[in-house]
Amino acid sequence: MASETLIRVCMGPAGIAAGGKQVIEAFHAALVDAGVSAQVRERCSSHQVGCMGLCARDVLVEVHQGDVKTVYQYIKPDMVQRIVDEHLVAGKPITEWLVDEVYASFYRKQIKVVLADCGRIDPEDIDAYEAVKGYEAARECLTNRRPEEVIEEVKMSGLRGRGGAGFPTGLKWELGRKSRGDDKYIICNADEGDPGAFMDRAVIEGSPHAVIEGMIIGAFSMGARNGYVYIRAEYPLAVERLKKALDQARTRGYLGKGIFGSAFDFDIKIKLGAGAFVCGEETALIASIEGMRGMPRPKPPFPVNRGLWQKPTVINNVETFANIPAIIRNGCGWYAGFGTDKSKGTKVFALTGKIKNPGLIEVPMGITLREIIEEIGGGIESGRPFKAVQTGGPSGGCIPASMLDIAVDYESLAKVGSIVGSGGMIVLDADDCMVNVAKYFVQFTQSESCGKCVPCRVGTKRVLETLERITTGKGKEDDIERLEKLAGGIKAMSLCGLGQTAPNPVLSTLKYFRDEYEAHIRDKKCPAKVCKGLLTYSIDEATCKACGACLRACPSGAVSGEKKKPHRIDAAKCVRCGACFEVCKFGSVNRE
Amino acid sequence: MQKTLDNILSRYRESGGNVISLLQETQDAFGYVPREAVQFFSRELGIAASKFYGVATFYAQFRLRPVGKHKVTACCGTACHVRGAERIMSGIQRELHVTDEEDTTTDGQITVEKVACLGFCSFAPVVLVDGAVHGKTTTDAVIKEIKSLRKK
Ligand SMILES: Cc1cc2nc3c(=O)[nH]c(=O)nc-3n(C[C@H](O)[C@H](O)[C@H](O)COP(=O)(O)O)c2cc1C
Ligand code: FES
Repeated sequence: MASETLIRVCMGPAGIAAGGKQVIEAFHAALVDAGVSAQVRERCSSHQVGCMGLCARDVLVEVHQGDVKTVYQYIKPDMVQRIVDEHLVAGKPITEWLVDEVYASFYRKQIKVVLADCGRIDPEDIDAYEAVKGYEAARECLTNRRPEEVIEEVKMSGLRGRGGAGFPTGLKWELGRKSRGDDKYIICNADEGDPGAFMDRAVIEGSPHAVIEGMIIGAFSMGARNGYVYIRAEYPLAVERLKKALDQARTRGYLGKGIFGSAFDFDIKIKLGAGAFVCGEETALIASIEGMRGMPRPKPPFPVNRGLWQKPTVINNVETFANIPAIIRNGCGWYAGFGTDKSKGTKVFALTGKIKNPGLIEVPMGITLREIIEEIGGGIESGRPFKAVQTGGPSGGCIPASMLDIAVDYESLAKVGSIVGSGGMIVLDADDCMVNVAKYFVQFTQSESCGKCVPCRVGTKRVLETLERITTGKGKEDDIERLEKLAGGIKAMSLCGLGQTAPNPVLSTLKYFRDEYEAHIRDKKCPAKVCKGLLTYSIDEATCKACGACLRACPSGAVSGEKKKPHRIDAAKCVRCGACFEVCKFGSVNRE
Repeated sequence: MQKTLDNILSRYRESGGNVISLLQETQDAFGYVPREAVQFFSRELGIAASKFYGVATFYAQFRLRPVGKHKVTACCGTACHVRGAERIMSGIQRELHVTDEEDTTTDGQITVEKVACLGFCSFAPVVLVDGAVHGKTTTDAVIKEIKSLRKK
């Protein structure tokens, strides 16, 4: 048996749901029984939320013996004993439980810079981070380099902001440095507003020190002595890990007075967001930190000139900061070696939806959508035809199957009417209605619109009303034109990025899936059978077992029937909620 | 209640006065932002109650009505949406006779809330029942879970 054995058990949400805790306990017990000495560790959080991608195959268990790593999938507590007996004691891994080919293909095209340490090191242990060269970059900057040199390095790396807009980070820092004032701020935007993305959460949970180190380097470059992390309250574990990491860094003298033995003071505070998408926008975020309603204001003045408490402020995204230590350690040339001409480096995406292997992936910019979806993601889960991929969340658009070969970088996605955005990537198949998807996002932006400017407040409302009409069978011939006109107005006249991008989901679906809109409007049909208002329900008398389930479930009394006689739906009373369809165990309710 | 409010108020004064933090602490303590609390802060600080309500109603996090003993949080983020979150949500609401507005059962036992993404998108659709994550879940499974809550 190998000298040292380390067992890592995925303890993420999926891991826990799948019984990760019990698996760990089972290992503890079985190891004691067998007299084997091994450490059992929880795998850190990024794995837990899908960073390894295969959380769908939880509980994942890694067995490290010396240099040999064995990975098991779908492990349940009652399987542990056999792993201990056969693998650890007898030295024979259990082949039928090992991860399969998918595991390897999931990684083949990935390059991990930001996620390099996520899942590999214990995120709650600063020693673990330092053991993988953590804080070396910050130490180097603070003791050996001038701020201008650091800024130059970041500029040359080509790193662009990962929060959505893709603004060159080095340039932003330079503007921050040149902005006048002694009192400057640096803010990490961890609001992660895109509903359906979890990159920033995973980075903070998996490697909080990397974000802190990035912020230290940024603060030193621009001369900020105070930092904030503005983080969603919905991410309690991330907040907890970040707090711990900040305390540890303070104890080591990496935060506080005279950090790394230099003359530079810098510390970081945590601010909890309170659930408003618009607060991801820089000026709204600043208002929120100041304790007010998070409403954006016109720019200029930009935050680098007048930001938090009216002082020069640099705001960067979590992932942007997490890239910095590696760039300083390995040099700008190394980083610029990944990616395309104008989009350098790697990008983390949350690959979700109808995909076989959902999870968190990190790929070089310029990779094609096809490589991501087919090779890394393993294609569509249901085997139904792939329809589109939505990128950029509420600010982005849907890219149809015919464009799968485009490169994923800032320019290429913008050209087809979408954006890279913060990294949400939702795969849709033939069962998804594109009008419904557009409506979903407009519902979101409409309810999150702060209400300050009219085009966004009223415009999104009008768009939503139109979409609601279309999806309930009341669409009018000229609705498509109306949508296009409204969208153009909202884009051009809204105050902030929320409104300016809110029409994108509608415009891109109109562009590539116009026929679906037309089917809703002219034929009063939803081709994907999603829009409730366009579906009719009936009961197949031949297969109905008269169990009464639909009758009880119907909220409007539309189902009639007695014992042993097939039930019926009264179309006039039916509110099309679909309750009968869902409860029927015999598939006797037809939906058309 | 008074003692808690006094504590929150003194922390507010010490930390330089942030209305959001004050409301967050209030909600942490009571599960919602009670009217009496706002009136108390308003009186003590000489800030109009409307200022507090302005902030409280702006942010989705704040509740102005009491919360049930148990909490069911259904994710309505995009990943969950395309995997049937809406059906699950309406199923839960139907079962418990609650709506988006009247989100707590009449016996004060269960509150049903929506949230835009919990960050567990790989396991969509996701529902939290008293903080425990239920991934790749179904209406039936959640309702079963809720029934067992009631028995506790
Ligand atoms: C409505 C709206 C929401 C946004 N949400 C986020 C967010 O959740 N996280 C983020 O990092 N940036 C978000 N941004 C972008 C930020 O305003 C800002 O550009 C970014 O944080 C800058 O960091 P970067 O240069 O590192 O990308 C949002 C912008 C808008 C207009
Ligand atoms: S969309 Fe539901 S957890 Fe992200």
